[in-house]
Amino acid sequence: MTDFLRVAWIVMRKDLTVEMRSREIVYTTVFFAASCVLVFAFALVREGRPLEDAAAGILWIAIAFAGTLGLGRTFERERHTETLRALMLAPSDRPAIYVGKLLGMLALLAVVEAVLVPLVGIMFHASFLASPLLMLALLVTGTIGFASVGTLFAAMLVRARSRDVLLPVLLYPITIPVIIAGVRGTAALLQATPDEPMARFWVSLLVFFDVVFVTLSLWTFEPLMTES
Amino acid sequence: MSFDFDRLVVDDVSRHFGRRKALNRVSLSCTAGEIVGLLGPNGAGKSTLLSILSTLVAPSTGQVRYGDRTAQQAGPALRARLGLLGHDLYLYPELTARENLQFFARLFGLPQASNLVDDALTHANLADRADDVVSGFSRGMRQRLALERALLHQPRLLLLDEPFTGLDDGSGQALVARLKGLRDRGCIVIVATHDLDLAEGLLDRLAVLRDGRLLPVAASSASLRDRYRDTIQAAAAGASTGRGRHGQGGAS
Amino acid sequence: MTRFLTPLAFLLMVLFAAAPVVVAYTPFEQTMGLVQKIFYFHVPSAMMMFISAFVCGIASAVFLFRKSAQADRLALAAGELVVTFGLIVMTTGPLWGRKAWGVWWQWDAKLTSALLLWMIFIAYLLVRRFGGPGAEKLGAAMAIFGMANVPFVYVASMYWRTLHPAPTVVPSLQPGMRGPFWFCVASFAMLYVLLLTLRRRIEDQQASVEELYLALED
Repeated sequence: MTDFLRVAWIVMRKDLTVEMRSREIVYTTVFFAASCVLVFAFALVREGRPLEDAAAGILWIAIAFAGTLGLGRTFERERHTETLRALMLAPSDRPAIYVGKLLGMLALLAVVEAVLVPLVGIMFHASFLASPLLMLALLVTGTIGFASVGTLFAAMLVRARSRDVLLPVLLYPITIPVIIAGVRGTAALLQATPDEPMARFWVSLLVFFDVVFVTLSLWTFEPLMTES
Repeated sequence: MSFDFDRLVVDDVSRHFGRRKALNRVSLSCTAGEIVGLLGPNGAGKSTLLSILSTLVAPSTGQVRYGDRTAQQAGPALRARLGLLGHDLYLYPELTARENLQFFARLFGLPQASNLVDDALTHANLADRADDVVSGFSRGMRQRLALERALLHQPRLLLLDEPFTGLDDGSGQALVARLKGLRDRGCIVIVATHDLDLAEGLLDRLAVLRDGRLLPVAASSASLRDRYRDTIQAAAAGASTGRGRHGQGGAS
Repeated sequence: MTRFLTPLAFLLMVLFAAAPVVVAYTPFEQTMGLVQKIFYFHVPSAMMMFISAFVCGIASAVFLFRKSAQADRLALAAGELVVTFGLIVMTTGPLWGRKAWGVWWQWDAKLTSALLLWMIFIAYLLVRRFGGPGAEKLGAAMAIFGMANVPFVYVASMYWRTLHPAPTVVPSLQPGMRGPFWFCVASFAMLYVLLLTLRRRIEDQQASVEELYLALED
């Protein structure tokens, strides 16, 4: 078990080190997320002003879009140097590589959300700080849900044809429960009096989702990544 | 839990992708302390065979045995005894030479990683460039680094896919010397290459693939180049007069 | 199995010829009248869609973990049937809804789950078609994840608006309707088995042809 965690940690640290050298993915993904928010602010308009009720939806859509972009770029980098093969050749448990990659993605998304949440809060006059702990719980569990499926799909698509378009085609339908839970939970917290029981319900749904899909991903990672 | 072997047996291995047979009933065996050359035209199946030997791809039929165990029986511990130097060098261009080696050393769980890394850098003649990012290296430098990366964990079976590509004469000769040293220490080295001149003094044995089949190797002629040419011609002649049959890996 | 195909097909023809007659004699439902009778085809189609999704998901798991090409062929056939029956559900549903509720669509739990399942398996077919070599495994992952997703979508769409489950839109069965309803379910079930077997046989024969090609090269 410790070996598993050790390998995951090493892979994650390597990903973060590589990214920190150029910071290309971080900068471009954060900027892309911000542009998304702007597009929606101009698209969803009522009486000439952005639709404030849309804050929850816009936040999660931006996370989903930015996440898909980040996933694609991260694995494209691995594909370019074929280093994913080198990782598969290590004598460790292969799912540990999946966990390492997942942790790296979570770090990237954490940075993106750290920028997105204040941005949406300011532009849409949304009080995300009303129930900070529950809001954080929603973000954490939701991001894990999205990233767990996303990392698996992006990894398995690395050698596939049409991988750019297939990633969103496969990922979005599966992560719809995450979007629903995230948006409804966030909207509940953004009300005049935050509806905490409702938010807690959605957090627990997300926890279930995370457990089920991280487990599924760990099970299916090795057969998907090897050719037999 | 460690695992070792001193014999590699490829037993009637075939691999097909849809309708295309990449490998057709290939049988081969090697023992520790041998350098086997895998020759053949493009598309002959050399890379596929190496992928199968490295456990990245499973054969469609047939078996590969490491000692007396198959890849499945041996489990993850087998990979600690395999080294692959692919056509893509598996190096992270954004990391320095030292960081690349350190990452793989730690990933493989090797003890005293930093000593191993220093030794490897010396072997690769890159000690002075250890802290430069790999993206600035020439092909030859990257090749040397990648070779050391494949050797960090002291594999029993070393698989090389076109290692002489893009190397100048000096580096090529240095690589030949390094591989001979490994052979002398009991490694099984399988080299897929086009470079018959460099392979001339290197190979103990020869295996020639064409269209996924192993050809019967022509009896010894003067040079490797001649033997290879004779083998291919004999196979072409055999194919035009009747059905070609699969052959065994040649003796030296 | 194949012995039964011809008698099965014949029986099915008889059943489907009888079905409109059976349905015509069912009692009229109070509020919706004649339109409600779409239900006799709509609900069995939906049932077959869900069953097929599970068949596909389980066959995909067998394929992925036991490397059984047979299971993969069954999964493909089942996946196509999810989309086919889903198409029936998604056209009859809105037709019924427009007349019954005045709107083409509603976001209740059952409709949303059905739509999402349909989309997941359309994506399944897309990835199998356009994923290039090795796409069977990609599809298998999609089917397994899609199948695991169904309960989550159902719960999420149920509690979407309030903490209390939204009332279901599909009415319950009157006594006179049960017989014809189960008659239709049985007919659709047999149709499903027939189509699945036929489609899987086509794939099996395709695989045999591929093997012959490979053997030819020897």
